[in-house]
Amino acid sequence: MESEVKLTKLASCAGCGAKVGAGVLAQLLEGLLVHRDENLLVGFYKSDDASVYRISDELALVQTVDFFPPIADDPYLFGQIAATNALSDVYAMGGDPKLALNLLCVPEKMPKDAVHQLLRGGYEKVYEAGAIITGGHSILDPEPKYGLAVTGFVHPDKMLTNSGAKPGDVLLLTKPLGIGILTTAAKADLCPADALALAHKLMTTLNKSARDQMVQYNVHACTDVTGFGFLGHLLEMAQGSDVSVTVDTAAMDLIPAALELAEMGILPEGMYRNRKFAECAVDGGNVPLAVQDMLYDPQTAGGLLMAVDPADADALLAALQPVVPSAQRVGVVGEYTDGPCIKLL
Amino acid sequence: MIDARGLACPMPVVMVQKAVKDGAPATVEVLVDNQCAVENITRYASNQGYRVSVQEQDNEEFALTLTK
Repeated sequence: MESEVKLTKLASCAGCGAKVGAGVLAQLLEGLLVHRDENLLVGFYKSDDASVYRISDELALVQTVDFFPPIADDPYLFGQIAATNALSDVYAMGGDPKLALNLLCVPEKMPKDAVHQLLRGGYEKVYEAGAIITGGHSILDPEPKYGLAVTGFVHPDKMLTNSGAKPGDVLLLTKPLGIGILTTAAKADLCPADALALAHKLMTTLNKSARDQMVQYNVHACTDVTGFGFLGHLLEMAQGSDVSVTVDTAAMDLIPAALELAEMGILPEGMYRNRKFAECAVDGGNVPLAVQDMLYDPQTAGGLLMAVDPADADALLAALQPVVPSAQRVGVVGEYTDGPCIKLL
Repeated sequence: MIDARGLACPMPVVMVQKAVKDGAPATVEVLVDNQCAVENITRYASNQGYRVSVQEQDNEEFALTLTK
């Protein structure tokens, strides 16, 4: 009986697709008083993945929080995905996660075993990351939600923001795109089983291995690709770094089943939100609409997107491939002159 | 007439796909109440060779006419 709980049926939108749109978020935050602190290295006024606070010349604190409604029916799997996603923001800053706190919203009638499995998924993923869950907070809510506040550490001089990309840099991405489309299709039982299994594997793959390689090379900027989609996060990187970028879509690893579903119009609402936010800065050229839609697809626990010094790009990609086989070269960074700062080829 | 009001994505486009696969007439009319459904159905129908016209009605509803 208890195993029959279908978590995604309790959620109106899934995973990072539930995120408030980037444009709306900016409006909501507008005018709020922001306190400055010389040790706050990355904070409220930047569209980055986590905040970073310097404790000493050798140590800075990285803090982030992320939670969302179910993106998988199986509670254990949902717990793993939510934790993988929450930890990712620390990796995107070049940091190492250490402590985590659970955030849990559960319907009163949700079977206790299902809640236990959900939490077990979170705990196991956090332990895999080498971090520990030290507590949390839970409230009753008709729509379940789960996630974590994660604290990690980074050397202040080695922290990676999304605004350090330089002309000439090579863009690397560590996971293929299409996760949001596959999980949307799954809600209508339209996602092929092997493609859904791939999406689940990707969403439970920590960005730890990618981060551990990344920090050994000369990387100028990094972000993780989540709710705003590849182009939304790339736009934040391009605008934050005052550069332009050219994306080689023909060379990109787009999950084939997701591309087929995109052509059939099976697209999550978040894709349209992301498109609305970013498309004025994107020159789509002759790239087919379905391919462009894939690039706006909201990802949950997506990969790291890095701007790598051209002298180190081949070496980093070679180092990534044995541990992160889906790592790929997706574009290059250039000088910004005028017009759209992202060009799709 | 397909009435997909009150349904979240991807259900509206799935209903249209089912109708087309079951041998829909040359003109299909669809009622939806969110922009995501409008866009999804437009993408699908265009790929299937339909012309799509969208009429926005009162109370945020949309009437789509798909014509072959």
